[in-house]
Amino acid sequence: MIFDVGSNKMKSLGPILTVLMVIFAFWYLMAIKLNSQWEYDQAVRAKVEVGFWDILPNTMQQKKPVLPAPHQVLTGLWDGLAGQPITSKRSLVYHAWITLSGTIYGFVIGTAMGILLAVGIVYNRAMDLSVMPWAIASQMIPIIAIAPMLAVVVHALGASAIVTKAVISAYLSFFPVLVGMVKGLRAPEQMQIDLLHTYSASKTEILWKLRFPASVPFLFTSLQVGIAASLVGAIVGELNQPAGLGARLLQGTYHGLTVHIWAALIVASLLAAILVKTIQGFERITLVKMGMRK
Amino acid sequence: MTSVKSKIVIEARDVGLTFETKDGPVVALKDVNLTVTEGEFVSFIGPSGCGKTTFLRAIAALEHPTSGSLTVNGLSPDAARQARAYGYVFQAAGLYPWRTISGNIKLPLEIMGFSPAAQAERLSRVLSLVELEGFGGKFPWQLSGGMQQRASIARALAFDADILLMDEPFGALDEIVRDRLNEELLQLWARTEKTIAFVTHSIPEAVFLSTKIVVMSPRPGRITDVIDSPLPKERPLNIRDSQEFIDIAQRVREGLRAGHAYGD
Repeated sequence: MIFDVGSNKMKSLGPILTVLMVIFAFWYLMAIKLNSQWEYDQAVRAKVEVGFWDILPNTMQQKKPVLPAPHQVLTGLWDGLAGQPITSKRSLVYHAWITLSGTIYGFVIGTAMGILLAVGIVYNRAMDLSVMPWAIASQMIPIIAIAPMLAVVVHALGASAIVTKAVISAYLSFFPVLVGMVKGLRAPEQMQIDLLHTYSASKTEILWKLRFPASVPFLFTSLQVGIAASLVGAIVGELNQPAGLGARLLQGTYHGLTVHIWAALIVASLLAAILVKTIQGFERITLVKMGMRK
Repeated sequence: MTSVKSKIVIEARDVGLTFETKDGPVVALKDVNLTVTEGEFVSFIGPSGCGKTTFLRAIAALEHPTSGSLTVNGLSPDAARQARAYGYVFQAAGLYPWRTISGNIKLPLEIMGFSPAAQAERLSRVLSLVELEGFGGKFPWQLSGGMQQRASIARALAFDADILLMDEPFGALDEIVRDRLNEELLQLWARTEKTIAFVTHSIPEAVFLSTKIVVMSPRPGRITDVIDSPLPKERPLNIRDSQEFIDIAQRVREGLRAGHAYGD
């Protein structure tokens, strides 16, 4: 039997579309329900009698709806992405770029920190006993509580906006890398380490020739979690900054511009999907090259 | 001693090795005395826990005796390792999955600092020695278990150690592959004139391969019999049907049984 990959994809398209339609239908119903109160209040103020069918169209085109209808969000999204020059402060591309640069910056720092700490933990007994509890504790503190303080401190040290963001990003992303790398560096069996001992290999050689290559699959799994955490960190870090998706979210909240908020949220999740997919792409290429994926 | 060459390669005098564990000391080796001369093929046979692997690891300086003296080429095991006295073949091939067969064989050469030209020359030499020419570019998963183990033998041979230490290298393979690899190992031994120390728990394998069979027994791990094999150096597979072969196998079996009765 010949399996047609294309038709398999078509087969999964049906359920996906069905689920999507159910979500949209529910979304519209909720929009009508949540936004109708404001329409009734307006009618009372204007002293006119209105029925449900009179206000129905209006619930889907309010300027500041409680819950914007899907088409409003999509229009807002399209306007933000394509309706502005990308250098404009009203452009979502501009804000996404600001967030992305902070995310990458923090991700690189966080990944480097995670790897260095993992090597320390694997090679140094004192670090093995002391670092992990602190690392876990650092992640127990809600980021929303510590971010403003971190931002103030880092800013007071004279760091630029992007560095402030990157610090928060790194704070969130070092942890998954640390945990994955400790496991990865310890993945080689005793026999493989003994083998290198019989060659009188040094600790550094064991690290480079055995522990690092063996940890690559673990690293990539961690990087996927890490990049998503970096994005969250960057957005949280932008809450007190003038630009970026986080700033856009907060401005939307201040001014009740719910369409803006939803549009920014969708851009953020698209960004997360692209970043994770990119890491997965690198993972596939690397593992194929290393012969670890058939 | 039947060997004309009498240079002593491995010498153990009253070697004892005790592991300190949470449940108290465990005596892995007790009063082990053994002399292995150059070019010998020595098998260590015995039930699990008899210390045969521990003794091999002690020769390789992966474990350290707690009493007695152990020398390899007249040096301490640590010094012998530094002098690249031995290649070690483990129970599993243990090839690195991210390295090709060539990459795996070059691993010890890289660590020992051979030049790229020397690496290439040795690589092609040992690949042909284990009959894996043309497989250098493959990754381990592309090879059968027997071929992987041959690659790991090539890796142990790559840096010209005089001694080959083998810890149940064919234990995980099926009997047909095992027979073939046993024959190949004998040919390789004849061609390279190395000294081989070979751990096994198969009586036919030990008798077929060895010039000297060391029978060990557990609790505590010790040597109960050392048999110098009268079999000729040239050994076709059908030598296993000869009376001499059966007699030696019988003596090994009795040694193992006696050890057990004593231990229990």
